[in-house]
Amino acid sequence: MRPTLLPGLILTAVALGAALLSFVWTPWDPGALAVTQKLQPPSAAHWFGTDHLGRDILSMLMTGARTSLSVALVAVGIGAGIGVPLGLAAAARRGGVVDGVIARLNDLIFAFPALVTAILFTASLGPSAMNAVLAIGIFNIPVFARVARAGALSLWTLDYIRAARVAGKGATRISAEHVLPNIASLLIVQATIQFSLGILAEAGLSYVGLGAQPPTPSWGRMLADAQTFVTLAPHVALFPGFAIVLTVLGLNLLGDGLRDALDPRLKGRLA
Amino acid sequence: MARYLLTRSLMLCLSLLAASLVVFLAIEVVPGDPASYMLGMNAAPDTVAALRDQLGLDEPLAWRYLHWVFGMMRGDFGVSYTYKVPVAGLIADRLALSLPLAGLALALSAALALPLGLIAAARRGKAADAAVMGVAQIGIALPNFWFAMLLVLLFALRWQMLPAGGFPGWSDPVAALRSLILPAVALALPQAAILARVLRSALIETMDQDYIRTARAKGLSRSQALTRHALRNALIPVLTILGMQCAFLIAGAIIIENVFYLPGLGRLIFQAITQRDLIVVESGVMLLVVTVILVSFVTDLAYALVDPRLRRRG
Repeated sequence: MRPTLLPGLILTAVALGAALLSFVWTPWDPGALAVTQKLQPPSAAHWFGTDHLGRDILSMLMTGARTSLSVALVAVGIGAGIGVPLGLAAAARRGGVVDGVIARLNDLIFAFPALVTAILFTASLGPSAMNAVLAIGIFNIPVFARVARAGALSLWTLDYIRAARVAGKGATRISAEHVLPNIASLLIVQATIQFSLGILAEAGLSYVGLGAQPPTPSWGRMLADAQTFVTLAPHVALFPGFAIVLTVLGLNLLGDGLRDALDPRLKGRLA
Repeated sequence: MARYLLTRSLMLCLSLLAASLVVFLAIEVVPGDPASYMLGMNAAPDTVAALRDQLGLDEPLAWRYLHWVFGMMRGDFGVSYTYKVPVAGLIADRLALSLPLAGLALALSAALALPLGLIAAARRGKAADAAVMGVAQIGIALPNFWFAMLLVLLFALRWQMLPAGGFPGWSDPVAALRSLILPAVALALPQAAILARVLRSALIETMDQDYIRTARAKGLSRSQALTRHALRNALIPVLTILGMQCAFLIAGAIIIENVFYLPGLGRLIFQAITQRDLIVVESGVMLLVVTVILVSFVTDLAYALVDPRLRRRG
């Protein structure tokens, strides 16, 4: 086992655990204001200190983890749910009209980074957390489509797929029964990468006000609030940043470890 | 090469056309009536009617689209509703900040990534490799706007070496550059981490090729083979990532501008969203998208320059 798998698993489990735990318990009520307690440094009562409204930062980080993880997770779901079938269809009809159309669609979506899509949604529909989910999710579609297509193309030339065609199976059935299971490991690794990118993107979007709206806690908005107070109390900016870095780092390590575990040929070759 | 250029250019035009349709639909069709959206719910009916008239909303959709597209080609981006000045001028002012910022960040990212990737590949499996890759792993996980806040905290507030924000304008180039240093570093470092990783794995991949073995056999040292033969062949994946990074840098610059209170294109767009100035948002977003598409077009051409095999394929 490559040494990155375990720390990756631990960091991811901590973030996931904090998010799940926040549904039943947080040290303090993350929404409770206590202005007399504002900008307290870390202490026994408030492990990570309090913010400019006296809210407990640890409790906010735990509830914020829910926002970050769920936005990134749904965005991966959108990307894989639409992108993988598109990629499989393109590979099944390589060089055909479908392949061409999907390739052009992918190029078009790549011209709209998640931030730009979020700006478009927010400008025309008003701010909402859904904008971030959709914007990141849409950008994930071509990513998954390309990975699925590339993985599937190499399989379509193999003998057992030819045998399945000779046996009379259609392209859809072959894609679902033979191709998909064989590119699953590729897709899982890509999903981990897109998951971590989604968390970074969500943080950026809610930092500029295009993501989760108050009072929903989110790591990005905590940092936006912290910016004004960073000189008075650096801890308000440090802890949400650490939360993002450690979660993203954990997912990336997990992805690296998974790739090596699932595909021993790549071991140590790819960074 | 001519055929390659022609097909690529045709695809470029198609992409631009499709992207402009998406932006137009999102801004002018999705909100229902853009005029009443821009003015809010309490606007007087005659104010709305006047704005509808100014925007030409009573014309057919197709006409409005063509009017917008041909206007942009002539450099006419409409008149901002909040600023009451032509959008083209507004955007040009802001680009004088955003473009140098993105360019500086890209140059910095490449300048950092190239030696780091080379060192890691040359010392593959050794301590230097592990150190570079460890730093890169953390760099990739850094949200650039948070990193920017840390830079401000240390270099601007604690050590007072560089300005914490704002932009004095290009009339004083030294002061202008000084105020772009921290934003550019914040943008570049996470991108450099990605680039260094890609360069390392591309180099390691090419170092396993037969022609490198030949080069070694004829007496080149490992590092000579690396810089003379492997680097050139590892450039293709690096170019791909560099092209994609342009898109991320443009998007990232928009966010970073908020950290440093820089009056760039990003701040303009965000203020326009808050003020519901759809005319500014529409042109600003279109400009971003056109930049991304043009960059990927240039990247494609750069492939053909680096790899002659691609030219013939068309």
